[in-house]
Amino acid sequence: MEDVKQKVKELSLKYGRAEENLLPILQGIVETEGYISEEAMVEVARELDISAAHVYGTTTFYSFLDTRPKGKYVIRVCKTISCMMKGKNEIIRELENVLRIKLGETTHDGLFTLRETNCLGQCHKGPAILLNDVPYTDLTPTKIRKIVNDIRKKENVSN
Amino acid sequence: MQQKKLKRLDLIFKDENDVADILQKTYSRPIEKVINDLIASGLTGRGGAGFPTGLKWKLTAEAESDEKFVICNADEGEPGTFKDREILTRVPYKVLTGMAVCGKFIGAKQGFIYLRGEYKFLIPQLTVEIEKFHKILDEMGCSFRVEIFKGSGAYICGEESALFESMEGKRGEPRNKPPFPTTYGYKGKPTVINNVETLAHTYSIFKYGPDKFRDLGVQNSPGSKVFSVSGDTPIPGIYELEFGMSLHKFVDDFGDGDSKAVQVGGAAGFCVPRKKFDKITIGYKGKLSGNSLPTGGSMMIFNSSRSMYNVLHNYLDFFVEESCGQCTPCRVGTQQLLLGIEAVKKGEKPSSYLDKLLKLAETMRLTAKCGLGQSVANSFESIVENFREEMIY
Repeated sequence: MEDVKQKVKELSLKYGRAEENLLPILQGIVETEGYISEEAMVEVARELDISAAHVYGTTTFYSFLDTRPKGKYVIRVCKTISCMMKGKNEIIRELENVLRIKLGETTHDGLFTLRETNCLGQCHKGPAILLNDVPYTDLTPTKIRKIVNDIRKKENVSN
Repeated sequence: MQQKKLKRLDLIFKDENDVADILQKTYSRPIEKVINDLIASGLTGRGGAGFPTGLKWKLTAEAESDEKFVICNADEGEPGTFKDREILTRVPYKVLTGMAVCGKFIGAKQGFIYLRGEYKFLIPQLTVEIEKFHKILDEMGCSFRVEIFKGSGAYICGEESALFESMEGKRGEPRNKPPFPTTYGYKGKPTVINNVETLAHTYSIFKYGPDKFRDLGVQNSPGSKVFSVSGDTPIPGIYELEFGMSLHKFVDDFGDGDSKAVQVGGAAGFCVPRKKFDKITIGYKGKLSGNSLPTGGSMMIFNSSRSMYNVLHNYLDFFVEESCGQCTPCRVGTQQLLLGIEAVKKGEKPSSYLDKLLKLAETMRLTAKCGLGQSVANSFESIVENFREEMIY
């Protein structure tokens, strides 16, 4: 709780306390805390001297502003038309098997969250995902399995 | 007979590396001449709406205010579009130059690039380019500055007034128009907001003059256009082509020989079936261009293995999620269209129900507050009318 307070204060100082800096501040919270808790929203409202309802309204509008904890690695699979045609369902099936979770869930060790998302702008190289902020394109089930296993190795987790 | 291939152009991605010269040249000319060139070139907004760029700059220049802004709309979210990412990666300095000249002309000291959250990975490289650009401006004694504003994953923020709201720390809900951005934009100040590609084109116009630009394309749609080609094609990717080409030729060049339909302009655009390929040209409507379809550059090709029901279902799913929920026609309409085609497919509703849904789509076109809700009807009507049997069986 104190941490969040401190973080919100730092971000408000960095970007300024004007209302138009709300989005950068919220993005900053997601970057360090992983998600925006209700406590954080109230704190932001206090710092910027706007209503908590306003902060809540803005936060919940944007799909990248998470309001619940998520894994260290978020995999967003593009589900829009071009990627669908190129087999995004096979990628999702493979991910569900490898991670042993369903779409929308987070693994028990808190390492991965699996989601679908709308067009990533990689339509000529589908199927595509965003792994946190980085796009991976031209995927196959084999490729996506390797990406997951490489992260597991890096994080020292056995299957 | 061997058909001639569509001419591939290399204007926008040509590495010019003469930013300082172009800035010197345009800054030293009377500003009215620069704007007249832009108007004479016939350049129109490349995001898809096609508003004359020169006129937009002129109107904003004429608006009276102590503060003005230039914004580059890089919230590229239309399904099937990826050209802006490519432009910002390969020739960002052209976009920045366009912004700086615009700033000088309209009297803005600050520019923003509204970059969609999905393109966050571009920021480090883009920041380096902006710093380099600022140095050039400093040497010329120009104080114009460009900042990146990062979006957070909302298709609707590509709509200009929703983008302003988002930059002001609010939900990305479109405003009523008028007033237009030229008088009431970001923070209520006169604002020029241009698509990434539009700004990159201004660079070529400043460099080569308006005539060279006008030589390309057709009367109502001069110049070149960057197309994002995806779907059932052996050669997906980015292509710069002349405006005004026929869809038939396009499919000859890019299709896989089995093309059944082309979606022109993304999910918000029109689906053209094979039998109409030779009747359609790509560009803005006008006397000479006949049956023209505008596009922000998204061209998705479907071959005969594709179910158009699945295609439409995917679009509607997209719109249901991306509707901002502010106005009823769009919020409820998108959901009902999706439920409606599912019900007809399952046989829970008779096929005549499709006609009711078409009426609903038309109502959305007339009553939705912004372009998102209004344009759902484009893909819905063109798919249901041309592929009705696929919606039922």
